[in-house]
Parts: sequence; C-alpha cells; structure tokens
Amino acid sequence: MPLTDQELKDLSRTAAKVRRDMVDVTGWSGGAHIGGSLSMADILVLLYWKYMRIDPAKPDWEDRDRFVLSKGHGGMGHAVVLANRGYFPMEDLKSFNETGSKLGMHLDSHKAVGCEISTGSMGHGLCQAVGLALGARVLKKDWRTFVIIGDGESDEGSIWEAAMSAAHYKTGNLIAFLDRNHYMIDGNTEKIMSLEPFADKWRAFGWETIEVSGHDLKALSGAIEFALDYKKGPVMLLCETVKGKGVDFMEGKAAWHYGGLGADLVEKAKASIGEG
Amino acid sequence: MAKAESTVTWTVYDALKMSAREIYGVVLTDLGGVNPNIVGLSADLAKSTQIGAFGDKFPDRFFNFGIAEQNMFGVAAGMAKAGLLPFVSTFSAFASMRACEFLRTDICYQNLNVKVIATHGGTSFGSAGSTHHAFEDLSIVRAFPNLTVIVPADGFETAQAVKKCMDINGPVYIRIGRGFEPSAYAAEDDTFEIGKAVEMHPGTDITVIACGPTVFQALEAAKILQTDGGVSVRVLNMHTIKPIDKEAILKAVTDTRRILTVEDHNVIGGLGSAVADVIAGSGKGCAFEKVGIPDVFTPHGYPEDLMHLYKTDTDGIIEKVREILGRDFEADEDWEDEV
Repeated sequence: MPLTDQELKDLSRTAAKVRRDMVDVTGWSGGAHIGGSLSMADILVLLYWKYMRIDPAKPDWEDRDRFVLSKGHGGMGHAVVLANRGYFPMEDLKSFNETGSKLGMHLDSHKAVGCEISTGSMGHGLCQAVGLALGARVLKKDWRTFVIIGDGESDEGSIWEAAMSAAHYKTGNLIAFLDRNHYMIDGNTEKIMSLEPFADKWRAFGWETIEVSGHDLKALSGAIEFALDYKKGPVMLLCETVKGKGVDFMEGKAAWHYGGLGADLVEKAKASIGEG
Repeated sequence: MAKAESTVTWTVYDALKMSAREIYGVVLTDLGGVNPNIVGLSADLAKSTQIGAFGDKFPDRFFNFGIAEQNMFGVAAGMAKAGLLPFVSTFSAFASMRACEFLRTDICYQNLNVKVIATHGGTSFGSAGSTHHAFEDLSIVRAFPNLTVIVPADGFETAQAVKKCMDINGPVYIRIGRGFEPSAYAAEDDTFEIGKAVEMHPGTDITVIACGPTVFQALEAAKILQTDGGVSVRVLNMHTIKPIDKEAILKAVTDTRRILTVEDHNVIGGLGSAVADVIAGSGKGCAFEKVGIPDVFTPHGYPEDLMHLYKTDTDGIIEKVREILGRDFEADEDWEDEV
C-alpha cells in the first residue's frame, strides 16, 4: 500500500523531529556522527514508524522484526530514533557519551534498549544480519531482518563475504539499505576507494538491487514494499542520500562526518531542518 | 539453559581409534539430536574439522560459508542472537587470527552462546608449516572477556568438553589437535568439570602442569621418572586455561615447590603465562619454568618431531624436570615463610 497523504505528512514531521533531536544530541554530547545520522534518518523513520513489526513496550518480543545498524558509527542517530519511538526516555539522550551512560558513540546491545546488535567496527553488522535471517529460517519464524550498511563500510571484505552468503542461502527475509551518502572520513568514496559501479556489484553478488532515493519517502516506501514481497533472496535498496541531509551548512560536506555543535549552530541547524 | 543430555554413552565410540576431531563430530551429531537449536557452521573445512558428520544428519542446520571465516563468526553471532546454539569449526589459526575481531567483538563482547571448536591447534598440523600452526591462539583468545578457553587432553576429554560446554550460556573456545595424538585417558571421565584441573599422576617433588597433547607426554615422563629415578612428579591436566584453577596451582606450589608448565603453544601468553600470573599474584615463591614454542615461527615437520624439537615431548619433559630438580632452590632459607 502506498503511503497516504496523511502518512506522508506525519512521517515527514517525524523525520524532521528526529533530525532536530540528532542536532540537539550532537550539541549535548560534545560531538557525534551527525552527517551519517542525518543521511539515514528517513530510512530509519520509515522502518521504525511504518514497516517494522515491533513493540517498544516489549523489546524482547520473540516475533519482532530485527534491525541491525551495520554502520555502527550512526549510533547517535539510531539512539535518537529508539528514544523517539519509546524504547527508553528521551531524557537518556542528554547523557549521550558520558561516563556511565547507557548510550555512547557505538551502541551497546546490553545497555541501549531496542538495539539488537552491538556494532561499531565496520563490516560486522551485515554478517550478523545474515545470521539473524538464517536463524529465523531454522527456527521457522516469519520475522524479517533489516540492516543499514554504509557506503564507506563497503570497502570491508567481510561485507562481500556476507553478501555472497546471503545470496547463496537465498535469504528472502533479509532487506538491506545502503546509505549511499558518498562520503567517508577522508573524503569522497570515489576518491578514497571507488565503489562504482556499486549497484552492479550488488547485482553481481546475487542481490535483487533497487536504486532509490533515500530521502523521498514515497519512493523509498514503494521500494521497501517491493522488498517485503520479494522472497527469492536478499534485497539491496541502494539509497541515494546526502550526507548531513536537512542541515544546509552540512549537506554534502565530508567535514560533517563527525563534529560538535555550539549553541548557535544547534539553533541554526534546527532552523534549517524546520518542522517537516 | 537445559543441561545437555547425550543419548548414547561415550563407550559407543572407540575413542582409541578415533581422533578428537572425529569424536567431536560424533558427539555434536548426538547432541544435535537432543537439542534442535544446535547449528553447525564450517568454512570449507567440514571434512577436516569433522563437523560434516553433523551436516550429514542435519542438513537444514548445517551451513558452509566457504573460505570466509570472518563472515562465519559474524553469522554465528547473529544466529545466537536469534536463539540458536551455533558450533563453529575451523582451524585454530583461523579461529583466533583470521576471525579474531569477529570472535572478540561479535561473540565475546555480546556474550553470545557460540561454541568455537578450533582444530589443528599447536603444531598438530606439522607438515603445513607456520601459516597453519596455531601457537598464539590461546594467548590471543585468553584476553577476551566472557570467553571460556578449554584445551582437552585427548578425544575422551574432547567429548566431555563438547558436552559440558553446553552448560555455559556464553562463548566457549575448545582447542583440539588434528587427531593423531595418543590418548591420555583410557576411558571417558564423567567427573570432568570445566575450570577444575585433574591430577593425572600423584607427586611431591615437582608438578608438571600440561594441557592438550602435552598431558600424555607429561604422564609418560612422570612414569619414567618414577621408575628410573625415583622422582615423584605430580601431573596436572589444566584443560581449562580460562578460568584457570588457581586452587590446584597454589596447592601444587605449596606441596611440590617446583612448577613446570608444558604446552604446545608459544611460551608467551598461553598456559605457562596463565599459571605464572596465579603464582606471582599469590606471593608464594617457587621454582618455575615454562616449556613450549620459544617465540619463534615453527618449521615444517611431523608433530612428534616438532614437539621433540621444542622439548614438549616425554624426553624433553624428563630433561627439564631433572634440570629443575638439580637446582638448589631449597638453599633459600626463607622458603618456608614464602609458601
């Protein structure tokens, strides 16, 4: 079912709220991976508010869908989404990165409620997502596994090991999103270690691959619905995104991979995002 | 977690004719019949690690990932998160080094119920050379929090370790050889307890602490030394490297005053280092020596020749015991105070 106009309006507002909260946490925490959190915000909003079968009041519900943030450095963005979705109090975000906090740069699945898998080191999340997908198959469960991979992260060999195995075992219950925001710490991915032709690579590895905007909620929603219906193997939604999306002075700038924000910049960034 | 109940007794398998790897395959297959959540994972070494027997019986619960150990360990973590009980098998060198960070971060950090069966440990794959010798693995994995590290002495003890690791709801690393090692035991010992050393031979002059294939060698040495020289050698089978049996080590220090550790592993960071940590931390003094691979890359050769070269075989242990006994440690008049 395509998004209704009301859903589109609500999800857009949620995405804007989540982005403004990401900016706040970046300000409170002294620094965070803001660029890559903003670029995947729309994907997370569609998953957590529309498509994943989850119940934040029952984070251990056996039949819940599983989500893995393979690009674990987006932990701040993920934490903001989990808090907004009700997994833990919004207040907890204020201690992000602090000693003794349940929340820090790379989320710990033992501490951050709703975080299924501890990630941070690149190229680990997709392997574990394949394990979750195969686990559901062995256990004869119909829950699905969703995973977001970074484009820079795709330099890791283990991503391609995992990609081969998902295709080999035809994991029709695994849907991956690639946050193709084009920038890694040292600069543009094509200058550091070229990924293109990226979609062809995923297709060659046996994944049903769809190229879609990672910010057009309607288009992305259509791609997700295709992926949910596709059972023959793993699906890759190669999402074209903008690093720092929503904040005019951050968009497309590698420098905002990680950064801190003073009070003035926090206000400027939130004003740029608006109400959605 | 339900205690693992094996449906057949160990005597069904002729352990004296089967390698530890073969026994592992048979025991795992047996356990797989009892626990439907057990899955077997291999990285193109199903035959070499003998996990293939499990795959033959439970094809839907067996996964071969090809030559891709990093992914295999990550997948195992995901499967454990899903609620399965993965047994991952590959050579020790690859489990501890190629897949190192996946074992550490995905499995140990998340404290997941994954059992790693690391075969071809130490110099047991002698002819393969240093690329395949695992003489650093214990040193590496011992540093991972949450991980239990077991080095069974032989096939009988491998069977016990595989069965009893099921009682631990967390990661376990079981390091076995290639399977041509002589048996230290004549039958399966049901009293095997993870974390509890076994006194294989009584003694009062010196204690030899061994693990894996060196247990048999230490036992042989103890028998020869007793018969030929009247030397009373206690042999401790320290099958669990972590958590280590501090009580047995300190009792040996008090009782025999001399400790020799013998391992098919680099002398840096393995059994000897774990034992040394305990002794140094206790404040008790004793004569202490480590025998193992002396921080070198190992040459190609038959395992028995390599163990002879590094003095981890019977002859080497006898030589080292005699050397330690020849030292005049008891001239230290403060000895009684120290122990």
